[in-house]
Amino acid sequence: MRATAEHLWAIPALPLAAAAVISLLPRRCARAACWFATASVASGLVWSLAALAEAARSAGPLVANFAWFQIAGAPVRLGLLLDPLGAAMCVMVTAICTAVFVFSGGYMAEDRNRKAFFGYLSLFAAAMLGLVIANSLLLLFVCWEIVGSASYLLIGFWHERPAAAAAAKKAFLTTRIGDLGLFLGMLWLYRSDGTLLFYDHGAGVLDPAVLGRLAAPTGIALLLFCGAIGKSGQFPLQVWLPDAMEGPTPVSALIHAATMVAAGVFLLARVYPLMAADQALAQVPFHALSVVAGIGALTALIGAAAAVAQADLKRVLAYSTVSQLGYMMLAIGVGSWVAAIFHLLTHAFFKALLFLGAGSVIHATHHEQQLRRLGGLGRRLPATFATFAIGAMSLAGVPFLLSGYWSKEAILHAAAGWAPSRLPLLAALAGVALTAFYVTRMVALVFAGEARAPAAAHATESGPSLVGPLFFLSLGAVLLGFVGTPGRPWLQSFLTGAPLAREAPLGAPSLVLLSAGLLVAGAAAAWSLYGRRPARSADAPDPLAQRWPRLFPFLAAGLGFDRLYARTVVRAATFAAAAADDLDRTIWDGSVRAVAAAAVRTGAAGRSAEERALNGGFSAATAGMRRGARAIHDRQRGRAQFYLGALAAGFIALAAAIWWEGRP
Amino acid sequence: MSALQACLLFSSALFALGLAAALARRTAILVLLALELMLSAGTVNLVAFWRYGPRPADASGLLFVLFAIAISAAEAGVGLALVIAVRRHHASIRLDQPARLKG
Amino acid sequence: MTAPWLSLVIFTPWAGALAVALLPRGAERTQRRATLLFSLSTLLWAAPLLARFHPAAPGLQEVENVAWIPSLHIRYHVGLDGLSLVLVLLAGVVAPAALLASSGPLPHRRLFGSLFLLLQGTALGAFLTVDFFAWFLFWELSLVPAYFLLRLWGGAGAARAAYQFILYTLGGSVLLLLGFIALYAAAGTLDFAALADLGRSGELALRLAACGRIWPAAVFGGILIGLAVKVPLFPFHTWLPPAYAEAPPGLAMFLTGVMSKMGLYGILRILWPIFPSALRAAAPVLIGLAVAGAVLPALAAAHQSRIRRMLAYASVSHVSTCLIAVFAVAAGSPARAAGAAGDALGGALFQMVSHGLSAAALFACAGILESRAEGRGDLADFGGVQLAAPRLAGLCAVAVFASIGLPGLNGFIGEFLIFRGLFTLNALAACVAVAGLFFTALYLLGFWQKVFHGPAAGAGAGFRDLAFSEAAPLAGLAALIVVCGVAPQVLTWMFNPLVARWAGMP
Repeated sequence: MRATAEHLWAIPALPLAAAAVISLLPRRCARAACWFATASVASGLVWSLAALAEAARSAGPLVANFAWFQIAGAPVRLGLLLDPLGAAMCVMVTAICTAVFVFSGGYMAEDRNRKAFFGYLSLFAAAMLGLVIANSLLLLFVCWEIVGSASYLLIGFWHERPAAAAAAKKAFLTTRIGDLGLFLGMLWLYRSDGTLLFYDHGAGVLDPAVLGRLAAPTGIALLLFCGAIGKSGQFPLQVWLPDAMEGPTPVSALIHAATMVAAGVFLLARVYPLMAADQALAQVPFHALSVVAGIGALTALIGAAAAVAQADLKRVLAYSTVSQLGYMMLAIGVGSWVAAIFHLLTHAFFKALLFLGAGSVIHATHHEQQLRRLGGLGRRLPATFATFAIGAMSLAGVPFLLSGYWSKEAILHAAAGWAPSRLPLLAALAGVALTAFYVTRMVALVFAGEARAPAAAHATESGPSLVGPLFFLSLGAVLLGFVGTPGRPWLQSFLTGAPLAREAPLGAPSLVLLSAGLLVAGAAAAWSLYGRRPARSADAPDPLAQRWPRLFPFLAAGLGFDRLYARTVVRAATFAAAAADDLDRTIWDGSVRAVAAAAVRTGAAGRSAEERALNGGFSAATAGMRRGARAIHDRQRGRAQFYLGALAAGFIALAAAIWWEGRP
Repeated sequence: MSALQACLLFSSALFALGLAAALARRTAILVLLALELMLSAGTVNLVAFWRYGPRPADASGLLFVLFAIAISAAEAGVGLALVIAVRRHHASIRLDQPARLKG
Repeated sequence: MTAPWLSLVIFTPWAGALAVALLPRGAERTQRRATLLFSLSTLLWAAPLLARFHPAAPGLQEVENVAWIPSLHIRYHVGLDGLSLVLVLLAGVVAPAALLASSGPLPHRRLFGSLFLLLQGTALGAFLTVDFFAWFLFWELSLVPAYFLLRLWGGAGAARAAYQFILYTLGGSVLLLLGFIALYAAAGTLDFAALADLGRSGELALRLAACGRIWPAAVFGGILIGLAVKVPLFPFHTWLPPAYAEAPPGLAMFLTGVMSKMGLYGILRILWPIFPSALRAAAPVLIGLAVAGAVLPALAAAHQSRIRRMLAYASVSHVSTCLIAVFAVAAGSPARAAGAAGDALGGALFQMVSHGLSAAALFACAGILESRAEGRGDLADFGGVQLAAPRLAGLCAVAVFASIGLPGLNGFIGEFLIFRGLFTLNALAACVAVAGLFFTALYLLGFWQKVFHGPAAGAGAGFRDLAFSEAAPLAGLAALIVVCGVAPQVLTWMFNPLVARWAGMP
């Protein structure tokens, strides 16, 4: 069967059905839940490969649009889209999902609530897959929000830990800021175009005819970029991503490294024509893409700098993710969305590999993830070490063999070719050196030297369900680079639909040499500090901290953004809430109370007037009446015979009177 | 003196007798009996007016009498009940004793 | 089959109130069941109504129109259109859920049931009557059972809250009544449709102006304030937080789920049709107030320490979102914005229903939390409830995320449509009001973190998870929340043609 656009719904529907089934299972059926979830994404992978083949075969994007519901006589339309970008993302997401789900089966084996874990993961997978095949910004937004909520649930999975609960809330709220920007951008786009479908046989927002008459393209593009900033942890909203490491490590691998955080990059790639729509306009003060490039370059630098000084293995990787996402944004900003997607795909594999490797380390050392308490694990966990090293080299961009190198080089080349400014290229090159430094530091502290704590000393290699996915992912981390080398850029031509344009097999020689030199310099510096004379005790201070006692804590604190926001934004919000509450209690309720008090006072005045003037007269009158009544009352004694006699006398008098009257 | 006049004189006498008894006696039972006498005087009047009136053929007077007897019986019943109630309350059935209706 | 369906809908709960009052004193179980059964009657009668309903038919359906007090031209006139139908269905769902949620031990159960059924009947009457006199009667009568339910079964501060509630809303009603007396004097009729005809042609304003220059504005203002208090429109909302915080859980559910919709209904049914031009003139101010009402109470909610006070502010904020849409449409749309007006109005109607469902569910959860903490209901009284009560946490999460506006749940549909329309009609209002959406997430997630997350603390230690009878109403509401969110057509088909007509769409 061919996987055309009409059948695409099956890809997200499978994990969605798995999530529904899992939610109905009793808690003890955790093993069945794991199987359902894994089987659903694995079969999704098969479907996605079929979709990829179909996308490669077809000439243009295939769409299947449908009406969701009617409102006031007009339909709200959604659609599914099969194009190379979406199909490639589908394959990547299902592949990573499969690896992570298998890993989770082993990693979470002892958790009493792991049935729910697989339910959340399946829900996430469904929404993520829906996001990448959406042919409508509305459907994309719907899935976008659901992946955000799944991320919230999974970061807060160990919700009894206050840190996890706080991190989940922080992640949701921070991304929510960006999401509302995206929401407004979507509304603005709808106001301008009257539709939210990407492609609709010439009438969709990305169809050239509609793009041409777009009003205010810069504003819309920047609002859409807000969503990407939030989701992809870009400056200034990058603060949530390191905290999100409170979630279980497979979650960090899947959601906070490989897929969801890359959704921002995917969004910009998807709506790239929109982002670039203001390039032709001369009168705008700045182009949307320039902002994207600037933010991306800044984030790449900030993330890499903060990663240098982290004490926690997962936080190193988290800041590294921030930095790598910055690279992708930079690529989009300088106009090469293809390079961004290339890096997104390779990054997904090697970063998921690194996180799962970290998970394997953490699992083996019974939840020890402080770098200073690890060490010497290279011999104890050989499989983990080998695969982790592949991931680390790929991240650092060790030339020629590893996928990360090729995609990073693609971005550097794109940045070098960007006319408006050299700054993004310089930032990216600085990032290369920093990346090599923190990767080397991390590997050296975890795997080299001697174990610095008992947990690390007694670590043993994990079982096949943990190691198997590592090998699978390292395969991807190595091989994926070769689909897009400059000598044979198959991925580039697949994504853009342009014919294969062969270039020099290695790219521009000066740039290649420069980046390789920076890489070596960064790695050598780190090795001289951490690898040559490894620390023997967990209490030994970090060599870098000794050298830069003021800079190091600043970098370790993520360049102080958390503190800055706590002092400004959070304090302002708290103050505004208190002020709103005060306003309510004093001004509004106070004015009501003042009205009520005035009414009560008026009532009191009226009452006293009534008591003196009206009631006084009335009382006097009734008192007089009462006196009169008492006089009459004395005549009544209840003597029945007296009454009867009176009656008889009256009767006789009456008869006499009649007789008297009737006299002739 | 016609038969009607004779009857009316008789009933007047009966009424006067009843009234005198009702005013003179102090015991509630005897007052009740006196009241019955006065009521009977009225009944005699009704019969007399029917018998010697324009249409003695139809039985209108008798019907009146039947109703009047029924009413007086009912009234006697109510009266006796009251007397008993008063007796219970005041331990006496002398009419000049219970001057207050309030229990 | 013809029957006076609407009268059956309105009066069955009243008959039930009588029947329950006549039940023997001791039989708690029978009283509870009978109350529930009569409360469910609304849904039962709604089935034939739904089957017979033609959404596209113009005007009212199932009309019953008989003279009631002929000397004053007062008629008993009821009718049904898409707006009333969805609200009747909402009342039919929320009322039994509220009763189920108050099925715990309760003093004077018989009186409670009786008053509750009385309240349900008045709300239904207000949604179905289209002649002012009878409508006003229902509108006012609803205060009586609500007052007693609040006063007799409420919390510690109930006396004061009930007093404030009744005086404030009565004050609004007095203005409403005065306004309508003036209308009657000017127009000689109290029928909504007849008044709307006069209002549309401008005749009404002319006749009112004949009595004096200030009359048109004064009458409009009086009726506006009377309705605004009920909704409530910022800043007439201060009666609401104490009332919702002190009410027994079942009443709080009904108040927020159904009664708050009476004011919106009044604005859509009375104010807008009868005073279109006055409303257009006042719209800029009213939009400003409604936007303030969407944002400021959301902020204030973040600062509350009592759960139910926080939810009360949330309710104000959500209802204000509907108001923004209605006022923005009434402001008069630029040409070719009929589609946007349709979006905004349709979204407002959808949001009325979906807020009713999710707010009722949230108040039910708050009631359950309080019942486990000996009546204490501060955020600080709980911690780690999710550990002990995963079922409660799951169902409550549905309501929380629906209120935040998570797609796939009903809250998103209403908000999306409102904002989609609003952005075209009044982009500034949309941009400011979006802040309300952020603050909603802020306080609801703060609530979630303090109450459900973290280690077990306070009443969260040894917390008992939901029993079946407690889970049933919540599960029902949650199911509806999901269904409305995934397939909005289950609601929109009822009012689509009506909204299209209002919006002036072809």
